[in-house]
Amino acid sequence: MDTLTPEKVLDLKLKANRIRELIINMLVKAGSGHSGGPLGMTDIFTAMYFHILNHDPKNPLMPDRDRLVLSNGHICPVQYATLALAGYFPLEELDTLRKINSRLQGHPHRGTLPGLETTSGPLGEGLSQGIGMALAGKMDKKDYHVYVLTSDGEHQEGNTWEAMMMAAKYKLDNLTVVIDRNRIQIDGDTEKVMPLDPFSDKYKAFNFEVFEIPGNDIQLFIETVENAKQVKNSPTVIIADTIPGKGVSYMENNYIWHGIPPDLQDVPGAPKKGEQAKVALEELGKIEESLKREGGISN
Amino acid sequence: MLNPKYKLNPKIFDTDVEINPTRAGFGEGLLELGDKNPNIVGLTADLSESTKADKFEKKYPDRFFDVGVAEQDMAAVAAGLAVSGKIPFISSYATFSPGKNWETIRTTIIYNKANVKIAGHHSGVMTGPDGCTHQATEDIASVRSWPGLNIIVPCDSIEAKKATIIAGDTEGPFYLRFSRDKSAVMTTDETPFEFGKMANFWIPDSPAGEPQVTIFAMGYMLYYALLAAKELETEGIQTLVVNAPTIKPFDTEGLLEFTKISRAVVTVEDHQVMGGLGGVIAEYLSKSTPLPMEMVALQDTFAESGKPKELLAKYHMDVPDIKEAVKKIIGRK
Repeated sequence: MDTLTPEKVLDLKLKANRIRELIINMLVKAGSGHSGGPLGMTDIFTAMYFHILNHDPKNPLMPDRDRLVLSNGHICPVQYATLALAGYFPLEELDTLRKINSRLQGHPHRGTLPGLETTSGPLGEGLSQGIGMALAGKMDKKDYHVYVLTSDGEHQEGNTWEAMMMAAKYKLDNLTVVIDRNRIQIDGDTEKVMPLDPFSDKYKAFNFEVFEIPGNDIQLFIETVENAKQVKNSPTVIIADTIPGKGVSYMENNYIWHGIPPDLQDVPGAPKKGEQAKVALEELGKIEESLKREGGISN
Repeated sequence: MLNPKYKLNPKIFDTDVEINPTRAGFGEGLLELGDKNPNIVGLTADLSESTKADKFEKKYPDRFFDVGVAEQDMAAVAAGLAVSGKIPFISSYATFSPGKNWETIRTTIIYNKANVKIAGHHSGVMTGPDGCTHQATEDIASVRSWPGLNIIVPCDSIEAKKATIIAGDTEGPFYLRFSRDKSAVMTTDETPFEFGKMANFWIPDSPAGEPQVTIFAMGYMLYYALLAAKELETEGIQTLVVNAPTIKPFDTEGLLEFTKISRAVVTVEDHQVMGGLGGVIAEYLSKSTPLPMEMVALQDTFAESGKPKELLAKYHMDVPDIKEAVKKIIGRK
């Protein structure tokens, strides 16, 4: 990883804001898809593809690349937007999300679009696949690191706990799980649908080294990843308390936005259908202006 | 008579014919693959010895992963290994894998185009005393509609070894179906085995003889089909008995070739009557050359505990049932 200068942090924040705009636009054009998770995880995806990962958009299958496995495939709009901005494919292609003949499937499909390490959508399967990649890395004496991005809700899948036992058994210190702890799932609050707390204690009991952080602070996330990579002989997990819908005030922390795009329907507390995307983009525009002001950048 | 072209075991019809479970051939094949290719890796869900993966495990402990009783994890870990250049074989009982982990395999192996080989053991009612929970009788039906999957059901332990090695040497996902009970060794090391091809192991006695019925058999049930054919021959009924180990992609050319003269089909398999070998053949023939068919299989019911041979008789898949099906189809011609 390069040195994290204040200029780099500002650049990452601006990129995250740009990715949020891309997400809003692509979701409106698709007419279906998830809003809350992608916006909440934008800061982490930005940190990953623009600072943390050893990768090459022009050579997506570079053997020594770090692997980012997206387990909760339904937040793929954020991965697609980030990959496009990083140069894996043209930005214009984002407009084809969920449409016929598109490489941007409703849930990610490995081999269809460059940069995807796996196929996901059905939940709870990413950590096991990441373990396979981490085991292969150890067998081949490669230095790459495997990051498995998961949701909190998908920890209700039993497969996840099977995988946690296995990651600890094989002491996979080249594996870091990142949990999008946004506390929402389709049917509502995770703690009402099926409680997950005490979440960190569960991971500790499964012999993971646990880090808990607020999930929308890019600099803090990068520093935490650096610390996680120093851990030897055990897998690591970063429980990131993200704000679902982050960046769009009427979406933040409202589970209704988990599974719908802007301008699909009227939602209590949100602008009317037809105005939602416009308001969201205006808010993101203001955030960009304020970031530039703070950084002393003139428009 | 046995087709000399296939160099079959001359002792097939002797009472002391060698018996060996097909899972033993899997274990030998996996070991041989491991010797020649360092990318071969093995996984099991707490069934290493029972599925005969233990030979590989003992020789290559660093390339073998016991995931514990966790079939979903096993499948998805294998997918991760495969997309990283390894060639994983996952080995468990078929009711658990590809049973319990069906969707995991669909998403992370088949749709994901991961080069994983699925070894499903304890297939059919002949699994015996463990009872219905451990007798995989719907496995083929449940996986055959996955695009891109290859399926082989070897007829004996020698063919099982050959099938395992072919699966390891061929890019793409495979489902290999193995059995628990010791069954007759019908082939020899010299018997040619070609993935994607069926073979007429039994042919009419004289060069001029024409088969009245073609019997297609899957897996170890081939033995009972051959026993039936031999008895039928003494009764003056000529048959072809075809070993059909590759269920997908199915040898449609062979199917048409071997039914050209008989124009009547009996299928024999230790699997539910829906979606197995009989289903494959019915699907294809109905599109090309509709022919009368009888299907000797488990007739839409679950079986139970018992000795393998007792179960075969009770559930109407034994030699007399095959003979009866042949006679019935002759009556329908």
